[in-house]
Amino acid sequence: MIIKMIISIIAYLILAPFVGGILAGLDRKVSARMQGRVGPSILQPFYDVLKLFEKEPITVTKVQDFYVMIFVIFVIASGVIFFAGGDLLLVIFVLTVASAFLIIAAYSSNSPYAQVGAERELLQMMAYEPMVLMTCIGFYMYCGSFAVRDIIVGTSMPFLPLIGIFIGFLFILTIKFRKSPFDLSMSHHAHQELVKGLTTEFSGKTLGLIEISHWYENVMLLGFVFLFFANGTVWGAIIGVLVCIVTYFFEVLIDNSFARMKWQFAFKSAWIVALVFGVINIFVLYLIV
Amino acid sequence: MGTILFLIFFPMIIALILLVSKEDKARDVIVKIAAFVIAAVSIVTAVIFFKNGGQNFPAHAEIVNYVMMAIEAALALYIIYIGIKHKKYLASLFAIIQTPLLIWFELTEGHHIAVQNNMYVDRLSIIMILIIGIVGSLITVYALGYMKDFQHHHHDEPDRRPWFFFVMFIFLGAMVGLVTSNNMIWMYFFWEITSLSSFWLIGFTKTEEATNNAFRALIMNLAGGLGFAIGILILGKVFGTLELSTMLAIGSVYGELVAIPAAFFAFAGITKAAQMPFNSWLLGAMVAPTPTSALLHSSTMVKAGVFMIIKLAPVLGMGNFAGIMVMMVGGITFLFATFAAVSQSNAKRVLAYSTIANLGLIVTCGGIGTAEAVWAGVMLIIFHAVTKSLLFLCVGTAEHNIGSRDIEDMDGLFVRMPKLASFMIIGIAGMFLAPFGMLISKWAAMTAFVDSGNVILVAIICFGSAVTAFYWIKWMGKLAGIVAGEERIDQNVHKEETFVHMTLVILTVLVCLLFPLVSMYMLVPYLEIVFGGLSAMVLSADNMIIMVVMIAVLVLLTGLFFGKTNKKIVPIYLSGANKGDNLTYEGSMHEPVEFKLRNWHMESYFGEKKMNLIGGVACTLMLVIGIGIMVGTLISLLGGVA
Repeated sequence: MIIKMIISIIAYLILAPFVGGILAGLDRKVSARMQGRVGPSILQPFYDVLKLFEKEPITVTKVQDFYVMIFVIFVIASGVIFFAGGDLLLVIFVLTVASAFLIIAAYSSNSPYAQVGAERELLQMMAYEPMVLMTCIGFYMYCGSFAVRDIIVGTSMPFLPLIGIFIGFLFILTIKFRKSPFDLSMSHHAHQELVKGLTTEFSGKTLGLIEISHWYENVMLLGFVFLFFANGTVWGAIIGVLVCIVTYFFEVLIDNSFARMKWQFAFKSAWIVALVFGVINIFVLYLIV
Repeated sequence: MGTILFLIFFPMIIALILLVSKEDKARDVIVKIAAFVIAAVSIVTAVIFFKNGGQNFPAHAEIVNYVMMAIEAALALYIIYIGIKHKKYLASLFAIIQTPLLIWFELTEGHHIAVQNNMYVDRLSIIMILIIGIVGSLITVYALGYMKDFQHHHHDEPDRRPWFFFVMFIFLGAMVGLVTSNNMIWMYFFWEITSLSSFWLIGFTKTEEATNNAFRALIMNLAGGLGFAIGILILGKVFGTLELSTMLAIGSVYGELVAIPAAFFAFAGITKAAQMPFNSWLLGAMVAPTPTSALLHSSTMVKAGVFMIIKLAPVLGMGNFAGIMVMMVGGITFLFATFAAVSQSNAKRVLAYSTIANLGLIVTCGGIGTAEAVWAGVMLIIFHAVTKSLLFLCVGTAEHNIGSRDIEDMDGLFVRMPKLASFMIIGIAGMFLAPFGMLISKWAAMTAFVDSGNVILVAIICFGSAVTAFYWIKWMGKLAGIVAGEERIDQNVHKEETFVHMTLVILTVLVCLLFPLVSMYMLVPYLEIVFGGLSAMVLSADNMIIMVVMIAVLVLLTGLFFGKTNKKIVPIYLSGANKGDNLTYEGSMHEPVEFKLRNWHMESYFGEKKMNLIGGVACTLMLVIGIGIMVGTLISLLGGVA
């Protein structure tokens, strides 16, 4: 039991950045094809990060790197708790701490672009958080536990009873993956009205670390998607992985088919989705479980 | 028994001494010694009753009842008089109704009802006594320095500080009485004293605004007092007892019936805990000097309200309308007060709305009335007391040094007052972030809400938590900003203030490290007695270990790496060329343009007025329905008997 846990933690720590990086590379490749371009090599994200690590070390304040370091540690920690089979709520709370520190890092620069980015990031957090919490609660109500290790061995697939929550989760995943139409606080695209938003004042190694944390985070979020299909069998696992891949490409498709929307839309739509799909699904769970 | 009486009477004696001490030096010494003694005796009390988990005291003395009655009558006359004097007739009216009503009841029926135990101590009272004794007396020490500045700023006015400290200490004594009274008439007595004390503290500056707000607080709390008195009447007439413990014991068998007086007591608790639609009195209390706010919000007054509801928890719950009323009022208040906090830029108002919201959570926990909900509720009381007093006292010091309590004026506080800003950031983190206390209790509350089966509450806590993070982080960001060209201005902070800040910071971290012990040795045994059976802790052991490790990691990393970098410092990006000072850029026509950064308040979504209106109407509706059903049940019950 403990050995299994340690193996999955180590596997996560080593493999997640590779998987996340390759997914980011595929993202760029597929996006390029959708736009009729050839696109960079699949390994391009790794080259980018390596290049960032070789840049001259500069910063705008003495404290900002500290905040980013806490961010990186806590993002990775949240994934570790998830893959160690820990408590879903704890995973989310640790992730919230991480996000808070990234936002404070941006604020600490006292730079206008970074601050507007930070505030938009805050708005995004407020937009997606209710749905994320309801996702955890949905698993708890259906599987009787918040712990990933219990949910994953459940005998029936949570997907159908949690279908509303699944739809809601997919919706906010667009915000979490920083995809259009909700890439308000920072974007990977060139068309960015806020320079680089949240990350405007980060550079070099610091920026590289943020990129790597983003990969870690994405893998963990796909882990959530996987949980909807886990039923303790190999087939469940295969379906889960397939759906994760489909989900990711679905998000890329969304990214390429929508323009960036206003923050009002992001906020309202995320809350309405949470209210409609999340709350109704939870209500139904009370009736059927 | 001795230590409890000491904790009630010692502050009152000190209060009288302070009333006649006009000298700064004498006051400094007396307050410091008294605060130390009160804190020490609270701890001693906790240790004494720790082993046996508490005790009941008969404390029979007919004379006490008459003394209390006489004081109540005198206070009622006083309220009637000032109500007429200030043309606040509603206050007079409430006093005219409730005091004679209760005195009549005591002299006729109440007289014949045998009371077994007038006082008691259990583990919950111990927790409350520790909060009152430690946090409360720290605030009085802080007030020494703060009130010197305050008097300095208002030097053209007469020095009313003896009166201020008098009321503060009366307040502490009354609070201890309140949490150890088993006889509801005694509890009512202390309850009214706390209402009146807060009236005096809020109206301290005697400006028109202060007087109006003080009366608003008084009227709302007297309305709650009326509910309390009616509750006592029903309890005495229908159930033939005046004792809280007996009432709860009857409630374990006849829950439906006991819900009737419980609803009235809960109503009193709701007014005192500043739940919607009564939240405006706590916001109005902001006109008072900051130590008052700190005292009202953390260790006294509002905590009396939630203490009442936590006490009643076993007879509330999803099973009766009293429970549903309480949990819905709490839940709705939590949600809308949280929303309203987003739109505020006045630091004290943000803190006030956050207090109202957290009290809402505690009230909801009490309303749900399961062991795990009460666990979360009591943990919230503990963590909130420490953290909120820290935050208020930080804002108070900031206000005296930067001349504003507006968050927008706290730009670069981290450069100007590094120590204070760090304390504030720790306090804010303590309010909502893992691994700090409030989050732990909110986590437990969330689980309890889900288990209660009330889907509305589940939605409320999900949305409320998301918004909570929003308004706290934007404040933290404001503090953390490194603004160029600012000077340090924290040379004039009184050493008492820094001492109290430091102590509270240490307490904030300490309660997070020690909460598993508090839970194991105080709370769980308490819950086992109240709810029967074996109560487990809501959070599993490994989750708690992870939390504690997180704290350790955060502290360690901050100590090792904070503010240390070998990197070259470069100017920030401003689109137009940065003029080199990080504050101005070269605009069009080569004009230097200075930029200003302001936070986001989302007025159109979370405007205060709108939130108070919606929340107030919804809560009023719940109260009318809840109390209405209870009165209906009572009438049909009495009709059936006749």
